[in-house]
Amino acid sequence: MRAETLRLLAGLVVALALVLPLVPLAIWSVAHGWRFPDLLPQAWSGKAWALALSQRGGVLESFGLTLGIALATTALAALVGVPAGRALGLYQFRGKRAVLLLLLAPAILPGIALVLGLHDLFLRLGLVGSAGGVILAHLVPVLPYMTLVMAAVFTGFDTRIEAQARSLGAGPWRTFLTVTLPVILPGLLTGALFAFLVSWSQYLLTLAIGGGRVQTLPLVLYSYAAAGRNDVAGAIALIYLLPGVVILLFTARRITGHSVGLELRP
Amino acid sequence: MRLEVQGLRLAYLGAGLATIRDLDLVVEAGSLTALLGPSGSGKTTVMKLIAGHLAPDAGEIRLGGRSLLGLPPERRRVAMVFQDPLLFPHLTLAGNVGFGLKLRGLPPAEVAAEVETMLDRVQLAGLGARRPHQLSGGQQQRAALARALVLRPDLLLLDEPLASLDAGLRDEMRSLIRRLQAETGVTTLIVTHDQSEAVVMADRVALLLEGRLAQVAGPAEIIRRPATEAVARFFGGVNFLDGQVTGGTFTCALGSLPLATPGPKGPARVTIRPEALRLGRGELRGRVTGVTFLGTQYRVELSVAGQPLMALVQAFGSEGPAVGADVALDLPAEALWRLPG
Repeated sequence: MRAETLRLLAGLVVALALVLPLVPLAIWSVAHGWRFPDLLPQAWSGKAWALALSQRGGVLESFGLTLGIALATTALAALVGVPAGRALGLYQFRGKRAVLLLLLAPAILPGIALVLGLHDLFLRLGLVGSAGGVILAHLVPVLPYMTLVMAAVFTGFDTRIEAQARSLGAGPWRTFLTVTLPVILPGLLTGALFAFLVSWSQYLLTLAIGGGRVQTLPLVLYSYAAAGRNDVAGAIALIYLLPGVVILLFTARRITGHSVGLELRP
Repeated sequence: MRLEVQGLRLAYLGAGLATIRDLDLVVEAGSLTALLGPSGSGKTTVMKLIAGHLAPDAGEIRLGGRSLLGLPPERRRVAMVFQDPLLFPHLTLAGNVGFGLKLRGLPPAEVAAEVETMLDRVQLAGLGARRPHQLSGGQQQRAALARALVLRPDLLLLDEPLASLDAGLRDEMRSLIRRLQAETGVTTLIVTHDQSEAVVMADRVALLLEGRLAQVAGPAEIIRRPATEAVARFFGGVNFLDGQVTGGTFTCALGSLPLATPGPKGPARVTIRPEALRLGRGELRGRVTGVTFLGTQYRVELSVAGQPLMALVQAFGSEGPAVGADVALDLPAEALWRLPG
């Protein structure tokens, strides 16, 4: 009984820590002016949401673009990260440590330095200002996550299970699709999740490589905030949170072994 | 189908040592042959070469007359069962057993029927809906066997199928393999390092020592008439006598001993299995230098005219000889085997 109460209390504290910072955003999004030192706005309004959800606001279009870029980045990262992670996880080879260090390099470098270098390179390659260029740029911080997660997955992978499938009559592709893929799927989903969220939350890279022409959600959010439209910024921020929350709810059970909703109930 | 391996050779790059050196092996159609050898002798390499997971440097592998070289594993009709069950964790037991049939494009109803029959034969009836992790080690191993057998392969390869099982389950699995092999008549090559396993299960035993076949023979013959000292030693032979053969007798440190199969005149090396030595009677006399109780047998070390010999005698109801005692012993002519060459 005591343990149950404690657990409930701990859950509440965590939930509050996560939710409290979002409360002002929610209030802003429905406020009609909210001045210091008022605890709550004097008047309420649905204008910000109307703007955010209208064609004119450009938020929906931006949401689609951001989603497309994040999904494409994730798919490309999987395409590269699965074979790369397999090589790193299964085999010992010359220069393996150097490859691992290179993989971690983007995470060690200060983001701004990375952005400046990439911008220069992408300008020369004519990739600045296109969604394709932004996707490529997003791969820089995303690939290490994907590759390292897959390397961990393949470290515990028994390749004899593939030999077994082959000797039961499955060709190389069939073996990958019917045996390898299902076995690595939980790890692949975890990697994809990280990849998606890392791409989804890029600001600096998108700003520099997109050259202002690729308006993803964080860029739109920032421009409204900079223009002093805290109400619209609040609405966009809540929309921006959506994928993270949805993914968390659907995958928490897969990743932690428990679903969020059931965690509080023993 | 008859498996013929000719001049098979594989050298691991870098090591410089030929792991498999000019291996010739025939597994007769419908037989159960054991490829026996200590760890590191290259048994599993031979398996992988036959199954197609490795390519040889030289040699030929034929199954029922057709060459397997150049064919990928999935087109050899050779089903391999590994040491570990390696069930696909995302499939049910029925899904695992039906895996190969489904790939062949059999209608689902037929797959289900075949799977059910097969599960019944390996005593897993009614467990088809279970996941691999819900099965015991023995059940998993039987499932792996069923998954291979249900395909009616031209050749069944079993790589140490009993090694991962407890002693009790091992006997059960051993007789199950023996029975299923007899029922289906599938040509089977079983790899093992355990001599008793090979001798009990197989029609023919092929002993692989250091990448070379040392002897291929029936289980009784390979033990009674080893081709070389190495073969004799592998099966627990420890008594070797050097001397001369003249006429029908063998003259060595122990004196003149009659031989059942003396062979040509000249220098010879003769072996006798420790359990063939008879103690307590006979014309020879020796001194007991050591006695070890092995549970069902005593291992008795003797010195006979300066020649060390070892005997295994039944411990049933007897105390066993005392160290230092003089004992009479007999080396029966039919148990003395002159090593060829």
